[in-house]
Amino acid sequence: MEFVKPELEYAELLPLLIVLGGACVGVALEAFLPRGTRRLPQVGLALVTVVAALVSTVVVGMDLDEHQGADGAEGRGLVGAMGSVVVDGPTVYLWGLLLVFALGGIALFAEQRLEGGVSAFTGQAAALPGSEGEREASTRGLEHTEVYPLLLFAVSGMLLFPASGDLLTMFVALEILSLPLYLLCGLARRRRLLSQEAAMKYFLLGAFASGFFLYGAALVYGYAGSVSFAGINEAVRAGSANHGLLLAGIGLLAVGLLFKIGAAPFQAWTPDVYQGAPTAVTAFMAAGTKVAAFGALLRLLYVAFGGERWSWQPMLWVIAIASMVLGAVLAIVQNDVKRMLAYSSVAHTGFILVGVLGVQSAGELAKGQYTSLEGVLFYLTTYGFAMIGAFAIVTLVRDAGGEATAYERWAGLGRTSPLVAGAFAFFLLSMAGIPLTAGFIGKWAVFTSALSAGAWPVVLVAIACSILAITFYVRHIRLMFFTEPSADGAGVVTRSSLLTSGTITVCLVATLVLGVVPGPVLDLVTRTGDFIR
Amino acid sequence: MMHALSALTPALTLKASETTHVPVVAPTAADGAFTLLWLIIALPLLGAAVLLLGGRYTDRFGHLLGTASAASSFVISLVLFVNLLGRDEDERQVSQHLYDWIDSGRLHIGMDLLYDPLSALFLLLITGVGSLIHVYSIGYMAHDPRRRRFFAYLNLFVAAMLMLVLAENYVGLFLGWEGVGLASYLLIGFWQHKPSAAAAAKKAFVINRVGDMGLSLAIFLMIVTFGTTSFTGVSELAGGATETTLNWIGVLLLVGACGKSAQVPLQAWLLDAMEGPTPVSALIHAATMVTAGVYLITRSNFVFELAPTAQTAVVIVATVTLLWGAIIGCAKDDIKKGLAGSTMSQIGYMMLGAGLGVAGYAFAIFHLLTHGFFKANMFLGAGSVMHAMDDDVDMRHYGALRTALPITFATFALGFLAIIGIPPFAGFWSKDKIIEVALTENPVVGICALLGAGITGFYMTRMMLMTFFTKKRWEKGVHPHESPLVMTIPLMVLAALSALGGLMLAGNWIVDWLSPVVGHAEHEEPPLPVLVLTLITIAVVAAGVALAWVLVGQRDVPRAAPADVSLATKAARADLYGDAINEGLVVNPGRATVRALTDGDRTLVDGLFMGATTVFAGTGELLRRLQNGYVRSYALGIVGGALLLVLTLVVVN
Repeated sequence: MEFVKPELEYAELLPLLIVLGGACVGVALEAFLPRGTRRLPQVGLALVTVVAALVSTVVVGMDLDEHQGADGAEGRGLVGAMGSVVVDGPTVYLWGLLLVFALGGIALFAEQRLEGGVSAFTGQAAALPGSEGEREASTRGLEHTEVYPLLLFAVSGMLLFPASGDLLTMFVALEILSLPLYLLCGLARRRRLLSQEAAMKYFLLGAFASGFFLYGAALVYGYAGSVSFAGINEAVRAGSANHGLLLAGIGLLAVGLLFKIGAAPFQAWTPDVYQGAPTAVTAFMAAGTKVAAFGALLRLLYVAFGGERWSWQPMLWVIAIASMVLGAVLAIVQNDVKRMLAYSSVAHTGFILVGVLGVQSAGELAKGQYTSLEGVLFYLTTYGFAMIGAFAIVTLVRDAGGEATAYERWAGLGRTSPLVAGAFAFFLLSMAGIPLTAGFIGKWAVFTSALSAGAWPVVLVAIACSILAITFYVRHIRLMFFTEPSADGAGVVTRSSLLTSGTITVCLVATLVLGVVPGPVLDLVTRTGDFIR
Repeated sequence: MMHALSALTPALTLKASETTHVPVVAPTAADGAFTLLWLIIALPLLGAAVLLLGGRYTDRFGHLLGTASAASSFVISLVLFVNLLGRDEDERQVSQHLYDWIDSGRLHIGMDLLYDPLSALFLLLITGVGSLIHVYSIGYMAHDPRRRRFFAYLNLFVAAMLMLVLAENYVGLFLGWEGVGLASYLLIGFWQHKPSAAAAAKKAFVINRVGDMGLSLAIFLMIVTFGTTSFTGVSELAGGATETTLNWIGVLLLVGACGKSAQVPLQAWLLDAMEGPTPVSALIHAATMVTAGVYLITRSNFVFELAPTAQTAVVIVATVTLLWGAIIGCAKDDIKKGLAGSTMSQIGYMMLGAGLGVAGYAFAIFHLLTHGFFKANMFLGAGSVMHAMDDDVDMRHYGALRTALPITFATFALGFLAIIGIPPFAGFWSKDKIIEVALTENPVVGICALLGAGITGFYMTRMMLMTFFTKKRWEKGVHPHESPLVMTIPLMVLAALSALGGLMLAGNWIVDWLSPVVGHAEHEEPPLPVLVLTLITIAVVAAGVALAWVLVGQRDVPRAAPADVSLATKAARADLYGDAINEGLVVNPGRATVRALTDGDRTLVDGLFMGATTVFAGTGELLRRLQNGYVRSYALGIVGGALLLVLTLVVVN
């Protein structure tokens, strides 16, 4: 066997390399700077890294070459790194989106004013909850600045995930993005047991789901004789014996990805982890993981298994319906804001899946229709901003015990802090898909693409569920504006620094603008074009 | 359902739809005065924004600002209307493009406005009656500490309603549709300290979601079928779609219309909505918002003309509702609920007109306008009576009020004469025409409409007698007094309109005016000469009035509602068991499911701490097992899910 020296397209892979490099420098900073002085350099480094990556993403996106695929499929982009990384329109769009969300994540991580001068992360993760060591770390005002390099590593995994060109790269990306998140989930300063329990659950289940993914990859390799998506695509279109091997492979691969996006019946971890993790991590994770994992799911299903879509579409029907119904129904009965948002994110996963299963080949599309890919990309954009904004507001509402997430603490919030409650209400309305908010256009885009693909039973359920979902969003709005504050103390909005309030403002503006003048972003989404092989 | 309806179609032969030509919406760009079109919506919207964001600082002048913004919209509407009158018939469709809302190269949805004869009439109704009701509210809400907020919501409503009727595409219409729903929700529940008001607001909200689902499905179907939602595009392409598709679109639009316009089976919220302040009932739940369904169907004439099954469904719904509402109106002692039943019934007439096709559209809109005048008049009159009687709404506590409230009495009487259809008052002209067209098209429907007119005569006379005539049955300590001028002047204006509204039919003006929008019907001879039909109608109404005179006017009205009444009265008092039907078919099963799930979820959360293992049946049990907080169960869930996935994959292959 001949050994080929790998060639890397450094210019196109620059965003990825910048983030990875930044993360490594962050680790070095941890090693060489004294503990008390690390925060500022770390935050600065993270911000500079992400901004630089964002700039280079834009540069890469402006200048994508035409690409002629093996089977005549055209598109713009480049299959790089020996076929393992694909930089095409959707990749670049998702990169941009992920990096913007990462900026929000860094801002929320760096917030110190809410906890009275320390971050929301524990001072000494190794100290047992309730022990002497924990108290000491707390009195000394220690904090873990490792969270910033961890975040950068997670971001680099997220960037690689939807860009991967073969199953192995996709698996590696899955692990790179997951491991830092497992850790971050367990680092809450308050309610540490709950936080550690969440991290443990997330880790165990995540590892379990990764196992399914790997097994699926093995089966598909057995069928296709290749791990690259282009190779699998060829094998699928050529057809061969052992069809069962392929089907089992698709199913098991899907389990790994559906777990990450939190689709039912793989959603069980979502409420526990969203609730237990530090809220800043939840915000970043809810938006970032979902975007990256949906990108990967789209690439896997559309590129590798596009020829087999009659097999996997019914499977997604079942998953989408289950996610929407379960998410919406269980969100109704929650009494904790974070759990409610978690179940609503399960429902949203279902809504986005409705878009994913609406795939059609370009020739079947009528005039005036989005492709399902465009619909999903737009939905992810609107969803991410609303989620980050909503969770950022959750960090503001506090009582003596830290964040007040129980419903009764939110009663009457609209009277004491109309602005914050109003912003939260706006995010909820956007998630509910009320016209003139971003969520409306997003739902619109995915539902129409599914309907035109003939998946009307799913769309029917989707509309019923989004109407069901309106009830719990509106109930929360009623709670904030029309209910008397509870007698045993209500949560109050704590003043935050510009980091949190700025993030909320950006998300709010984005949600409004995407609803009122979605044109430019829709245009951008349309111009991203299709996946290349 | 579609099959059942198709089977009915031949039985209820509707002739008009076969021969006529459906006009296409083809507006010219706005120029001259028409460029002000957007201001009509923007002014009340700005008013609402200032009042809501300005907070306490605007308390002092909030009501004046709110009224001024509605009134200036009216002035602009009037100017535009005069301008439109001056144009040739084929140039009377004007559109204004504000900006591209959704524009992706493939799908284009603009923030576009359409001003044509139909929306012109609606603008005048909404801003005109709206301004009068704003003025009235200055007096009615004078002592309410949250008056500024009330005016903000009213302005918000007016803006949304104007958006609804001015939008050039279904998405814009949907925006207004949701907006009026929101404003209606806020205003029904305005007196939130009353639990009944909060419950009513919730009920309206929930039932309207069903309607919205119909409308949004219809819009999705249009996008899929036509690739556009603009009236221009759909009216142009509708001819190319299959009849089944158009029938589905039509039926879904009808579901939307039923929700907003309180038509059977989505009618239950309207009676409860009377918990809102009376000006709200007059503006939203009588004159404007509840007629949006009629607007929707008339505006979608290009769909319904090609969808005979859907059109038949409209006629059936309308006929059932017009009788349903009238019967409920007969048994109510609450003056506002009586009027609400009547509103439901009158909207049934409008829907009937709209369902009858080209021959009926113009009369549906005509009746909508006259009804806007006389029903707003009567609601405001009822408000004035309540004002005098310390907010008592029970007519059994009224009686002989004509001397104490002379202006209210006189104006209410004009509205009364108009609604029962006595010539020459407005309601006579409009209702008579609908009955005439109905009889021409289909005798069964026509006779039902005729019967409805008789019942209308009965319940309105009953209301009139119990309130203004018969003996005093006042509560102790009540001293009725006439309302201040700020409340009675709107009454007088509306009374004048109720009396003179019929002039719109002079020289067949309204039919000609609307023909560029709805098309021109071939004249068909009714089965009997028109004059005979009119006389029969008047005779039926007179019979209703006489019956009320004998049953109510000639006896003593007991102060407490008698309990030993006939089954029919009991049914009518219970809104013909509309709530019970909803409860039995929808609410209870839904509640049981949610409760099962709730119990399940609660145990699983608690189960983490207490290890509770109560046994639950069905779904709850399953969910509890899946979500108990133990990682091992979650992992098992993943395995189960994986099996499910692989099985689905294998089964479908």
